[in-house]
Amino acid sequence: MIRVAIETKLKAYSGQQALRVVREFEAGSIIKIFGPSGSGKTTLLKIIAGFVQPEKGSIVVDGITWLDTHSKISMPPQKRKTGFVFQDYALFPNMTVHEHMTYAASDEAWIGRLLKIGKLETFVAHKPEYLSGGQQQRLAILRALAIKPKLLLMDEPFSALDPKMRSELISDLKLLFTELGTTVLIVSHYPQELEGLTEHELNIH
Amino acid sequence: MDLTPIWLTLKLAVITTLLLFIIGVPVAWWLSKGRSFFKIVLEAIITMPLVLPPSVLGFYLLMAFNPQRGIGAWLQHTFNIQFVFSFQGLVLASVIYSMPFMIGPVKSALQQLPASLSQASWSLGKSQWQTFTHVLLPNIKPSLLTAIVLTFAHTLGEFGVVLMIGGNIPGVTRVASIAVYDSVEQMDYGSANTYSLILFSITFVLVVAVFVFNKYHLKSPLE
Repeated sequence: MIRVAIETKLKAYSGQQALRVVREFEAGSIIKIFGPSGSGKTTLLKIIAGFVQPEKGSIVVDGITWLDTHSKISMPPQKRKTGFVFQDYALFPNMTVHEHMTYAASDEAWIGRLLKIGKLETFVAHKPEYLSGGQQQRLAILRALAIKPKLLLMDEPFSALDPKMRSELISDLKLLFTELGTTVLIVSHYPQELEGLTEHELNIH
Repeated sequence: MDLTPIWLTLKLAVITTLLLFIIGVPVAWWLSKGRSFFKIVLEAIITMPLVLPPSVLGFYLLMAFNPQRGIGAWLQHTFNIQFVFSFQGLVLASVIYSMPFMIGPVKSALQQLPASLSQASWSLGKSQWQTFTHVLLPNIKPSLLTAIVLTFAHTLGEFGVVLMIGGNIPGVTRVASIAVYDSVEQMDYGSANTYSLILFSITFVLVVAVFVFNKYHLKSPLE
């Protein structure tokens, strides 16, 4: 069970805007987060991952307090170890596809399985600049999954994929999430692209 | 023709660059993260040699490390170290004088990397240090090379600071730039020309090499 109760101010062009989320997520569930641009969807994911501190609030995951601004508790991102798929992919330009995976994990069998799911087995020696947008996005997803995260945070993870590739990847990912018992929070501008993957939703205004 | 000043200059440049790489890169990393008032003041102090007349910096170093009083006397009596009119004094002055050339490009390159690169590494459980060595440093190679070469080349050309703190002791503190000045003073234009040509050639080759390397990496060394 993941309990999130946070409140913070967002900087917006028209001034300041508040982000307030109070919600419980069942372990193993897949939740789509949607809302207008600038509503704080990405900020919410970054707060949960520990990259950004909210003004006040708490995050409790499986009974462990990750964040409690009242008690000044803030677990570093390294200990939270949430899988994170960034909107800009955040791939490491100096590393090949295989090096991305081995930087995250050492289990070669697991890495091989992920690369097969992402259809990147034949691109292991390629650096990100030599991959297409869709391949880069798949690598970002696979890298996040390499650590077998209990909580996966995905920011617009399928935006660069064609419908066929997206549909195949989503069905493979659904099996993986069930196998790992991963709770997944997915931010999307197009909730319809997540059909068949998510059962719950969170609307941020 | 005495080539000792050339060897002394190269020795000084190598030691200064090595020391500044060890000190400057971690400092640049620390300065690139966040902005406190203390960091701004420290950065201003580090940048001062860029705008300060070298003789002013040399004068203050001469005063600070005067073996007759203060820190200079304490260093002399406690550790038997003398920075005035010695090679180690030249190294100290060069490290301070060339510091902005090492720290500036590295800090600026680190700040230009997207924050998501570090965040992605942290989310994989990697420490700050692992992130620095495996993700950040390898992705600023052109700027690292620029910083190393600029530091080396700048040390080769130092004059005012080294003259103030080191004087002109043959074999100890008489570096090439001082030898040029000294030769001209003695109307020995032949030696002055040889020293100058050697310094010009080394610096030119280094700077061209950096431009060629950075062109290959599609980045200007001035970025």
